[in-house]
Amino acid sequence: MQSGKKIRVLIAKPGLDSHDRGAKIVARALRDAGMEVIYTGLRQTPEQIVETALQEDVDVIGLSILSGAHLALFPRIMELLRQKGLTDVLVFAGGIIPEEDIPELKKIGIKEVFGPGTPTEMIIKYVLENMQKRT
Amino acid sequence: MSKIDEIINGVLAGNRRKIAKAITIAESSPEEAKNLIASIYPHTGKAQIIGLTGPGGAGKSTLIEKMVREYRRRGKTVGVIAVDPTSPFTGGAFLGDRIRMQELSTDEGVFIRSMATRNNPGGIAKATKDAVKILDAAGKDVIIVETVGAGQSEVEIIKVAQTIIVIHAPGLGDEIQAIKAGIMEIADIFVVNKADRENADKAVMDIQAMLQLDNKEKPWTPPIIKTVALTGEGVPKLIEKIEEHWQFLKKELLHKRSLEKAEAELIEAIKEKVTSSIIEKLKREKRFEKVLQQIVEREIDPASAAEKLLNQELE
Repeated sequence: MQSGKKIRVLIAKPGLDSHDRGAKIVARALRDAGMEVIYTGLRQTPEQIVETALQEDVDVIGLSILSGAHLALFPRIMELLRQKGLTDVLVFAGGIIPEEDIPELKKIGIKEVFGPGTPTEMIIKYVLENMQKRT
Repeated sequence: MSKIDEIINGVLAGNRRKIAKAITIAESSPEEAKNLIASIYPHTGKAQIIGLTGPGGAGKSTLIEKMVREYRRRGKTVGVIAVDPTSPFTGGAFLGDRIRMQELSTDEGVFIRSMATRNNPGGIAKATKDAVKILDAAGKDVIIVETVGAGQSEVEIIKVAQTIIVIHAPGLGDEIQAIKAGIMEIADIFVVNKADRENADKAVMDIQAMLQLDNKEKPWTPPIIKTVALTGEGVPKLIEKIEEHWQFLKKELLHKRSLEKAEAELIEAIKEKVTSSIIEKLKREKRFEKVLQQIVEREIDPASAAEKLLNQELE
């Protein structure tokens, strides 16, 4: 009953955004889908995010960003994940991210980008399917 | 080297990635966890283990952040296990204790792990004990366990920690009524947090009054410390009191408490082993389902059924 692997997800907000409604909605949806969701609050540095992912041994990281700094912050996060050997963690992003930036983000290893208005069911399905592939 | 040996060696060397993996094993693979704990157990017993419990909103996570800073100032390494409840309906959990501690996450002398109860009763997770052992074996000097927001029955923490801090704050309504019954009795130290608020003194007096009701002669009287976790006020004093309690334990009670802890853990391990082996056997022989039917049909009550089954088993 208590045993068995649960999907552990870190929902993180890098940079200087001052609200986190979207991040909390996603966190809550994933929790309601039976996952263990670690939420770390606003204004996280790439170092904090990666170190948290490491200590919490998460399977998935969801990055939420509204400030427009994704091209500055995400490459740093992906680089740190590589340095710490966390290459098997599934990373997706959400928030305000222009269409034309998405190829660049996918190139550095962000697996998927969800824009505003994405139904939470879609994100849940995406995470579950990707986790299933792994086992 | 096998994967599990790599993890064991990593834990003993204090490798953060391996510590994290080891805790995941403790949470999700009971068989592997048994081997893991058996291997690291000889390296445990060195850390000072502190439990922090109290109602939700009293300021547990914020206080822990300040306590960790104070321990770091004193040159100690610290492990934190923060437990939050699992939803009994979905099995999911929202683990938000780190929000108050995130600035510590890049300090190499600190390891923080959030843990869901996975519906274990008593305010901590089933794997919390093992996680403490892992952090202990990894060389952390101090380990702080934060229970879920507690009321009357979240007292499992006494099986894990040596010094129990019960935290309360003014303005939480009648929670003081709730903590009277259960968690009140397990406190080695009381903290009245948010002491800058009015009514803080009343909260202190409430606790004092309760302590006076208990007129048994005791070798240790729990002190009441006022703190403001947001600013860190009162935290150095709290750490001093924890130290005092630790010295007291070492002199008077540590061995006795260690024996009690060992007893509780041994009994639990035996219970688990015996229960699962008997139930498995009953299921294999199809006697379990048969009796279930009889209970549903009201032919026999559950307690009598258990007795009957066990009598046949133990003959």
